[in-house]
Amino acid sequence: MMAPLLEVSGLSKRFGGLQAVKDLSLAVAEGEIVGLIGPNGAGKTTAFGLISGFLAPDSGAVRFRGRSTLGLSPHELCALGMARTFQIMRPFPRLSVVRNVMIGALGRHADPRDAEARARAVLDELGLAAKSGQPAGSLTLAERKRLELARALATEPVLLLLDEVMSGLNEVETERLVEEVRAINGRGVAILLIEHVMRAVMSLAGRIVVLNYGERIAEGRPQAVANDPKVVEAYLGDESVGAAPA
Amino acid sequence: MGPWLWLAALAVLLALPAVLSGYVVTIFILIFFYGFLGQAWNIVGGYTGQLSVGHAAFVGIGGYTAAMLSIEAGLTPWIGMFIGGALAAVLGAIIAYLGFRFGLRGFYFVLLTVAFAEVCRILASNIDAIGGALGLYITFTGNPRQFQFQDQRAYYYVALALMMAATGVVAVIERRRFGIYLTAIREDEAACEALGVNTFKYKMLAMLVSSFLTGIGGTFYAYYLFSLQPSTVFGIPLSVEIIIRPIVGGAGTLLGPILGSFILTPLGELSRSYFGQGGMYGVHLIAYGVLLIAVVLFLPHGAYPYLTRLFGGRPRA
Repeated sequence: MMAPLLEVSGLSKRFGGLQAVKDLSLAVAEGEIVGLIGPNGAGKTTAFGLISGFLAPDSGAVRFRGRSTLGLSPHELCALGMARTFQIMRPFPRLSVVRNVMIGALGRHADPRDAEARARAVLDELGLAAKSGQPAGSLTLAERKRLELARALATEPVLLLLDEVMSGLNEVETERLVEEVRAINGRGVAILLIEHVMRAVMSLAGRIVVLNYGERIAEGRPQAVANDPKVVEAYLGDESVGAAPA
Repeated sequence: MGPWLWLAALAVLLALPAVLSGYVVTIFILIFFYGFLGQAWNIVGGYTGQLSVGHAAFVGIGGYTAAMLSIEAGLTPWIGMFIGGALAAVLGAIIAYLGFRFGLRGFYFVLLTVAFAEVCRILASNIDAIGGALGLYITFTGNPRQFQFQDQRAYYYVALALMMAATGVVAVIERRRFGIYLTAIREDEAACEALGVNTFKYKMLAMLVSSFLTGIGGTFYAYYLFSLQPSTVFGIPLSVEIIIRPIVGGAGTLLGPILGSFILTPLGELSRSYFGQGGMYGVHLIAYGVLLIAVVLFLPHGAYPYLTRLFGGRPRA
């Protein structure tokens, strides 16, 4: 069997007294969509930071496309084909929408004209073409989420790390974005997805990894994970504590 | 604005010395020279958003290098100015490496640049071989090979050429990947990294180009004023003079530094001579301060973006 696209093993990160991620292992195969879920503070975003090179792990290893990413910086990982979005969106507010996306495209298209053409194609695909000339700071929340996705996509990744791109969107917007993520995946881009919107993860991910207090507590197909008592407990709290006997 | 308008503006500037008085020519020389320095600073301070308040150090190193090479080795300042620029770029690389490798941002980067300029000032003041605290005086020969001219108007054209050249460099940078990356680095470095931009490399390059150009300006400074004193060429006041014009005119815009220099230089010169006659030295600094406060309050992106909006110009894509 071929080695997975992304292979995380025994990853740990501590911030002072807080063990943010503990002995985390997970893998993403080529073309797969994996969901990473867990209650607030479970360490999902920290795990993303470790995988994408923004944070250095205390221990553990990350292999991407068969090579260790230890010591690689985020821009080097991006050049290798890994792109991420940020949960707290980070548009370049004073730059126009198309410029924002060009920054992602310029890595593989050094000529600004090529990069702009590429950026416009991505904006078209994500339904942002009408906004290309506006400063990114003027976009609505839903549009900024799309912009975040468009920029990452413009880097032409093979693995896309999406950090809560659906949160704060209404149902129609979420539905649309789910379809778009599915289409991106349909072109062979593997996706690791942090998401709070359960319906979106359930319908997108083929496999889900559940984190709680930095540790993996469950992994499997969406339905199996949703019915796992440990997962239910993590989300709803321990039902036996202070609850009336059944 | 169309290219014809720019050509017309250039033609006017080329013809002006024929009709202007000597005093007004002097003011124009300073407008161009500070416009040039502001444009050089603009690359790293405006486009890239790395606030260097130590650019005087590059002027000093450039000026001292060209002057010493001329005095000691007889090398023409026309060549010495590029060597001075190169040495300034070496210092720029050291400052940038320390600042960017260790992730100094905001005030900490400001302090680092100020500290380096101050160290240079103190060193220059204490090295007797380069004139110590008294500095260097350049004998006037009026020989163009020695970067000296009998006619003021020659300095006018040299300063204009410097400003045009720096603006040309910035115009080219602005259009290329390098310049586009710089504007994004100014907005959000982490997002840049995530999108594949080697922020360290591009910030270093911005500082190299900026310090090299500023160093070249040092030669003009030395051979226009015929003297170099550590307290003036390496001093904080010169660094402030360098950055205040692009900030007032519009940092990170192609014409901001030039517009800023056209606004501030005459104001500074007129208030300096007007109040100076009354024995009130330094009042022009108060005028600067008031203007700076007004710009920060009412035109936070500078005068140039404001004017382009006013005249119906559209922001660049």
